[in-house]
Amino acid sequence: MEILTFEYPVSQPVEHRAHVGVVGSGDLEVLLEPSSDQNAHVRVSTSVDGFDNVWKLVLDRFFSRYQGAASIEIHDFGATPGIVTLRLEQAVERSQS
Amino acid sequence: MSQATRLDPRQFLARKSFIELNARERAQALMDQGTFRELLGPFDRLESPWLPMQGVVPQADDGVIVARGRIGGKDSVILAIEGKFQGGSAGEVSGAKMTATLDLAHEDATRGRPVQVVLLLETGGVRLQEANLGLEAIAEINSSLVALRQHVPVIGVIAGMVGCFGGMSITASLCSYLIMTREARLGLNGPEVIEEMSGIEEFDARDRQLIWGVNGGEQRHATGFADDLVEDDVEAIKKCIIEAFGRGLPSKHRSERVDDYLKRLAAIDVSHQLESGALRKLGWKEESL
Amino acid sequence: MSFEQTISTRGRTWFEALAGKHAKLVPSVPSVLVADTTLQKDRVRFLAVVPDSGNRFPCARQGQVGLQEGWNLAKQVRDAIQADEKGEKRAIVAIVDVPSQAYGRREELLGIFLAAAAATDAYVSARLAGHPVISLLAGHAISGGYLTHGAQSNRLLAFNDPGVMIHAMAKKAAALVTRRSVEELDKLAEKVIPMSYKVEDYAKLGTLYKLIDGVNVDSPEAKHVEQVRADLLAAIADARSGQRDLSSRLHGARKHRSATLEVRRRLAEQWNAG
Repeated sequence: MEILTFEYPVSQPVEHRAHVGVVGSGDLEVLLEPSSDQNAHVRVSTSVDGFDNVWKLVLDRFFSRYQGAASIEIHDFGATPGIVTLRLEQAVERSQS
Repeated sequence: MSQATRLDPRQFLARKSFIELNARERAQALMDQGTFRELLGPFDRLESPWLPMQGVVPQADDGVIVARGRIGGKDSVILAIEGKFQGGSAGEVSGAKMTATLDLAHEDATRGRPVQVVLLLETGGVRLQEANLGLEAIAEINSSLVALRQHVPVIGVIAGMVGCFGGMSITASLCSYLIMTREARLGLNGPEVIEEMSGIEEFDARDRQLIWGVNGGEQRHATGFADDLVEDDVEAIKKCIIEAFGRGLPSKHRSERVDDYLKRLAAIDVSHQLESGALRKLGWKEESL
Repeated sequence: MSFEQTISTRGRTWFEALAGKHAKLVPSVPSVLVADTTLQKDRVRFLAVVPDSGNRFPCARQGQVGLQEGWNLAKQVRDAIQADEKGEKRAIVAIVDVPSQAYGRREELLGIFLAAAAATDAYVSARLAGHPVISLLAGHAISGGYLTHGAQSNRLLAFNDPGVMIHAMAKKAAALVTRRSVEELDKLAEKVIPMSYKVEDYAKLGTLYKLIDGVNVDSPEAKHVEQVRADLLAAIADARSGQRDLSSRLHGARKHRSATLEVRRRLAEQWNAG
């Protein structure tokens, strides 16, 4: 298990917290809450070691579109980048509805 | 004990699969619209203290959802086990959530505020990474369930696809009423464990027909181990739960029918392997022989 | 049988030692020993599950808790509850040395999980009716076998002995299922206390009433038996003065089961809120 952290400067507030997903094989859960400062903070616990570059790519791309000051916790059990992005987008959608 | 329910073609096309929903979605689907309230949810972050130290990624709710709300207008609480997280296995925290809920429901029941309890059982039993605390948790769940069901019925639902195995099959059998789908399975030991411990002649774990013939919902219903057999459909399952609560406390819980089952066991020839149909022929579906 | 099971005699040894070698047995099946006797002035029903090479069920011949064992334990406990309904509640003492539940096709077809539930139900019901229910863990207390016979007591006593093993799965089976070696499991258990197979680690979880030292468990001398009788009497008295639920198991939870206490505290807070 690896724990990775990332930070991004952002500009929008987060309306309310949201949760999606299950820590099942090939899946992940995302907990999204308002951050305490002007940055987005991401903490990833992943069952698959050695993919920090991939996580960075996925999150860089995600935060190029999303500007919410979110504190995001990810519990990952081997999801593909596509599933990670999907769950992040689902979490954002729920936090805005 | 009810007849197996079958949907007509229009109902079949309109059905919404319960099995495809995750545990939280199942609890939400069963509660009356707008009444669902989760307790000790993911943001409370009551996670397993034991999994991270073994390099296993935890789930924020530790795989059990506690939800209050109303089912059919009546105050209810649902304990939904997430089968996709560690096979729905019981750990310290997930088990404690279940026991604590049963205890609080018991307190309410003895104070004239009865709440209906539904267990959505999707589990392989004890979480081996927490071994003795999982084992203790199941013992405590079982104890609290027996105490609670003296006052209010407790409904168990096994929908699939994990089914209900291990120590929690005892929990399922302590429920006042047990509802299963055809896809669901109930057993103390899984096919692989039996094959490992007693040999492939005893149980071939690759024989799917054998597995469902022994553990499947239809078999369990036809032989008296489950009270209701329902379609994999949210509305059908909800309807069945409401109807089961309407029956009130059973005159005798299945686990109390000791003389009856001793008689049944005495009457059966076990000197050779049994086939699945044997019990049906002996009328094991009936409440008492 | 594809899996070797060593046959243990500790259950019978302690049943005979405590109930008395010539105790009048209550009619039962050969694998479930039952005797009614007295410890000083306390009436006690002793129960033990023991190996029976002639068991109707081939998968339950080495002391495993199977169909007959589950249903007969239920019967014997319920008979005691019924007999004492209007009077003083005798103590019910489970002597536990069970390798596991029985693993077989007949068992699954005939509902071993329900037999286990029946015994569980009976033990809990006895406790709730006011009977002190005590367990003496003399050997193995594994998985479904232990859940059925021993796990529902007011007070748990265990010998501090390498042959006493309380666990969710026998070591060899656990190694197979988790795809680790037995040595790896032992190493892991040093860090993860609930995974340990050692009884002194089990004791750290806080569920035991007493860890009994200084007894030769396989061949007890008279003084050892006297000591255990005294321990049982103390446990019975303690149970009579306490709650009928399992709350006493949480008294030692602060050190290694604090998450359990946290869950209970916070659920109570949220139960009525909102």
